[in-house]
This record gives sequence, C-alpha cells and structure tokens, in this order.
Amino acid sequence: MNGIHDLGGMHGMGAVITEPNEPPFHHEWERRAFSLFASLFVGGHFNVDMFRHAIERMNPAHYLEESYYEHWMHAFETLLLEKGVITREELAGKVAAVPASAETPVLRSDMVQAVVNTGASARVNEEVSARFRVGDQVRAKNLNPVGHTRLPRYARGKIGTIEIDHGVFVTPDTVAHGLGEHPQHVYSVRFAATELWGADAPPKDTVRIDLWDDYLEAL
Amino acid sequence: MAHDHDHEHTEPPAEIALRVKALESLLVEKGLVDPAAMDALIDTYEHRIGPRNGARVVAKAWSDPDYKARLLADGTQAIAELGFSGVQGEDMMVVENTPEVHNVTVCTLCSCYPWPTLGLPPAWYKSAPYRARIVIDPRSVLAEFGVTIGADREIRVWDSSAELRYLVLPERPAGTEGWSEDQLADLVTRDAMIGTGVALQPGSN
Repeated sequence: MNGIHDLGGMHGMGAVITEPNEPPFHHEWERRAFSLFASLFVGGHFNVDMFRHAIERMNPAHYLEESYYEHWMHAFETLLLEKGVITREELAGKVAAVPASAETPVLRSDMVQAVVNTGASARVNEEVSARFRVGDQVRAKNLNPVGHTRLPRYARGKIGTIEIDHGVFVTPDTVAHGLGEHPQHVYSVRFAATELWGADAPPKDTVRIDLWDDYLEAL
Repeated sequence: MAHDHDHEHTEPPAEIALRVKALESLLVEKGLVDPAAMDALIDTYEHRIGPRNGARVVAKAWSDPDYKARLLADGTQAIAELGFSGVQGEDMMVVENTPEVHNVTVCTLCSCYPWPTLGLPPAWYKSAPYRARIVIDPRSVLAEFGVTIGADREIRVWDSSAELRYLVLPERPAGTEGWSEDQLADLVTRDAMIGTGVALQPGSN
C-alpha cells in the first residue's frame, strides 16, 4: 500500500539525529514491548509480514509522531484484536480475561536461546525457476496494491539490472494476508541514482533493492 | 509519608507505558505470554547481542583471507562459524568497501537490521530522516556523520526490502599490520558496519 511507511526519497524530514552511547532501550516499557514480539510470534498469532502491514495501516500522522516501539504496540493491539485473541473489553479490564486454549504454543524462558539463535528464515528450499538472470535489464512494475508490498514507490517504473539472485523466498504480499507463501526468486536489483532521481544525481552512485520476481518485468 | 527518593511524584506514567502494561498483563493472564521468557529476551538483546559480534566478524575477515572469501561468498554461513545466527540475521550478506565503492545500508520501508551481528538498531536508523534521505542524498547524510566520500567513488546504497540482512565490511585501516583480531575488533564501530562510519584509525580510540 502507498503508506506513510514508504519513506525512501521523501524530502522535508530534517537532519538525522544521533545519540552518543545510545542504550538498547530508553524506557522500561520499551523493553516489555520489544520482548512481546518473539513471544507472540512463537505463539503463532501473526507473522512478520502481517506485523509490518499492521504498522503500515497506522494513521499517517501518528506514524510520524510516534516512536518505533509505539508502532510495535499498535501492531500487537491491532492484530490481536482483529484475530480475536483478545477483546477490547478484556484489554480495558471491563471483563475477566478468558484463558487461551491449552494448545496455543507459549514461549518459555528455556526456549529463548534456541529461538533467538535459529530465527525463522523466509528462504524456501524449493525448486522454482527464475525469470531473470544476473545482468538482465528489468523494469520494476508500476504497482499500487492496497495490501502489503515490499516494492518501494521510488523504484516503481524504474529500469535496473539484476545484480544478484538471492534464491527463493516466500512472498510478503500474500503471506501478510494469509494467502500462502507463493515462493519465488528475490534479486538484488541495481538502479543507477540517475535513473531513480534524475540527471542531477551523482553519475556513479547506485541503489540496490531486493525485489521479488513478481515485481519485475523484462525489457 | 517516607520520601527517600527524589523523582517527581505528581507526573502520571506515560500513556504508552500504561498501554504496554495493560497488554502484557492481559496476555499473561490469558496464559499466552510467559514473563520469564520476556525477561530472558530483554537480557539477550540488552547484554549479550550487540555490535561487538559484528566487529569480531570484520576483524577475522581482515586477518584471514580464506575467512574473508567465505564471508563474501556466503555471509550467513561464515558468520555462523563464529556463533552468530538467528532472528533478523537468518540470511546475511556482507558487502565490502574498497577504494572504488563505499557501501551503506538502510531499510526504507521499515527498519530491518542485522540483529545477531549488530544488536538492535539505534533510533536514528529507524527514523524517518535517515530512511527518507539516505537513498536520494547519501552524500549529505554521510557528511552529517563526518564521512566524506569523493565524487569519483561510487556510493552503493543497499535497501533491505526483503529478508536479506546486510553487513558492511569496512576497509582495514593502515598501520595495523600484525595486529591481533582483538586489537582490530576495537577499531570496528557499529556505524562502520552500517556504512555511516569508517573503521577507527590506530591510536584514535
């Protein structure tokens, strides 16, 4: 979707503000919000693409005003309410919490190290043919889906070159909506800065964007 | 009333802190979330995983040409050799800075970042200014970080829109011949592995 999250190339955002010796967390609530992600992911309540899409659906003004872990909280609340895992009445403390089904997986502390060290790769070990080869010229499609996509707006309609074939991965556009993994090749596509931004861009500079096969068309 | 600490009592807790507490309490009550697991996750990312991991990868690549070749050919596997793997580093790619190319990483659509090697991202990496500007005007952003790249050198921005996570292999500083991996690792900053910095010079740290 053409959301506020799709920031590449926007002007007017101001300077990049850095903080010397920044700690991993600034507040206790950030620690708690952060650690909810893995707990809920392991519980099977959402996947990372659903999570990103829930953030993308935020009110644009709130998205820009709120901090990173506030975005996460918005996604947790949105997804758990939408999926019926919790109710507004429970969250507001107006009714007693209904215990979850005993079959729901729960992340326990003795599982944390294994989960952290393994993660969940989106790579698929499946033979899927690649439509493009390294060196091919391609055009990023002009797509404007209302659902989730990982094709940034600044690349749409632009011509690039296949630089690397990363192999086969699940597709976020379908996974985010529970519509299956749709495995396909992901490529690093090299775009000249002049192609993306015009003739005034430095002639040697490039941007490499990881793009799914479906996002590209042959020239 | 006993008053043995000096913080302000009249200011209410921030709304977001209350929201987090309400959600955590509800999920614990429903039996969906184990607070001990949350504590273990926090401890892991606050104390055990950080840019020191990535610095060890870089120092080994600077010291061992065979390792560097493996690292550039299959980042995931070579990084796992040193024990770093997992969440947000499931599939890794390492890109090398040279006199001709300066690499820098971003996630314009969210804030993807290689957690096992760099830890959790700093606030600026997740901020709108960085994500908006680094792809369209990398030279001005890098200048704000004190990094000047000549016009004859390519700036190569990697937008990690998929599930590959990127780590920049900075150039090894001159004057470090014969240094141990531990000594070299002390020169490798987080920003050098994002590309918004370069490795420290000997004697500067």
